Amino acid sequence: MAKVLVVTSGKGGVGKTTSTAALGAALAHGGEKVVVIDFDVGLRNLDLVMGAERRVVFDLINVVQGDAKLNQALIRDKRMENLSLLPASQTRDKDALTEEGVARVLGELREKFDWIICDSPAGIERGATLAMRHADVAVVVTNPEVSSVRDSDRIIGLLDSKTEKAEKGERVEKHLLLTRYDPARAERGEMLKVDDVLEILSIPLIGIIPESEEVLRASNVGSPVTLNNPGSAPSKAYFDAVRRLKGETVEMTIPTDRKGLFGKLFGRRAA
Amino acid sequence: MRKSGPYKEPDFVTIAVRPRPSLRFRGRSFLALVLAPVVPLRDWLEDLDAVMKNSPGFFADRAILLDVSALKPSKSELKFLLAALKMRDIRIIGLEGAAPQVLDPDMPGPVSGGRAAGDIEVPDLDAMPIPVASAPQPAANSTLLIEGSLRSGQSILHTEGDVTILGSVASGAEVVAGGSIHIYGALRGRAIAGCTGNGRARIFCRKFEAELIAIDGLYKTADDLGTKFHGQPVQVNLDGDAIILKTLD
Repeated sequence: MAKVLVVTSGKGGVGKTTSTAALGAALAHGGEKVVVIDFDVGLRNLDLVMGAERRVVFDLINVVQGDAKLNQALIRDKRMENLSLLPASQTRDKDALTEEGVARVLGELREKFDWIICDSPAGIERGATLAMRHADVAVVVTNPEVSSVRDSDRIIGLLDSKTEKAEKGERVEKHLLLTRYDPARAERGEMLKVDDVLEILSIPLIGIIPESEEVLRASNVGSPVTLNNPGSAPSKAYFDAVRRLKGETVEMTIPTDRKGLFGKLFGRRAA
Repeated sequence: MRKSGPYKEPDFVTIAVRPRPSLRFRGRSFLALVLAPVVPLRDWLEDLDAVMKNSPGFFADRAILLDVSALKPSKSELKFLLAALKMRDIRIIGLEGAAPQVLDPDMPGPVSGGRAAGDIEVPDLDAMPIPVASAPQPAANSTLLIEGSLRSGQSILHTEGDVTILGSVASGAEVVAGGSIHIYGALRGRAIAGCTGNGRARIFCRKFEAELIAIDGLYKTADDLGTKFHGQPVQVNLDGDAIILKTLD
């Protein structure tokens, strides 16, 4: 039974595309057949993060409008054969997406894949509502700062009212992914605490991704961080998130600023 | 949208000994809502139904005038229109722009001389439908129970009575009630109680972090309130023209 997962946030710049690529690669790493779809028509980025920007021929809009077959548009990842990408168009805008077309494409993908991960554009307009429309599961990406939390709250409200599942009286499974978490700033009280965010949004937490240069480095070389450096702290957090997504119970580790014994012995002493 | 002009009290000649206080006339100004139907009437009635579906109680307890100057109805057409409105529980207190020959004694009386006063906004609840589980039952003095929380951007309008919310009201969400508002979680958004002119309405919440509170048109924003009650269980009521906050302990 294929699952449609939407990665959404409301606010831009919180790490939706990075998280889509990282979660997709981590799921594929576990042997599942995964496709990631870029719904950000007009501002496509997912192909860059996946390192497939030079292989895009047809895109989501071509498939939605019937100019190309799904198989022509799907790009199979060179590193993992069970990970595919359906890129967005860079030359069109979100008005080119039709409700029927998106439903048809997702229906076709459900037959081929175990996980369909939709990278939602920022905002709450047409693109974002179409990306979440057919979702079974939602990952709400939030930074520990007030504007991001408020926008996530708004998006959760939309997930509960504007999705197909909500209209049928069912519930979209919702998970919170806290990204760009800076332990040093959190300890200084310059960021919202994890508990505060959870209290406001009151949906289950599936992971806390620490702010890390590793993430930027990975997206610049065009590789999901979970593929590029599986041992790094953000990658571990993404792998744990994927295990929780599949229903496993994994203990949550909150990134801390504390240095290990080595750091304590040889690190600089604070003046 | 009309406002009836303030009625000037006539000056009575005072008599030295008055066995009874003389009859007094008082003026009172209401903001009347003017319905101005346009042809085709069927489409107009459909739009009206859509408004009523989205905002139940929008027309309750309002002074409503019917402006038929654009329609120029015959007597039978006007009768049909009035019946259609009556069927929807919209009570018309006066007719504007109707020719004298189409008026019947059992119809609302003719009024004239109103001044325009801007549009009354119909709250657009379409943008955020409230959870289906808690559809309001339009009954007089009904209480609307919301079992979950209100998320940012959601808005609840319930003019017929109290609203009880078992969860929280998020920052950027809004509750508007004709009666009191009871929130068993945190109030981080806006709570507007007694919106139909009920000064006895109150607001209760278990954790007070509101952006705005209002009772019977008097409001205070988070800035005015300071931090004294922040995070406390609080009740808000009106004392004359002052909003009073007290902790619920």
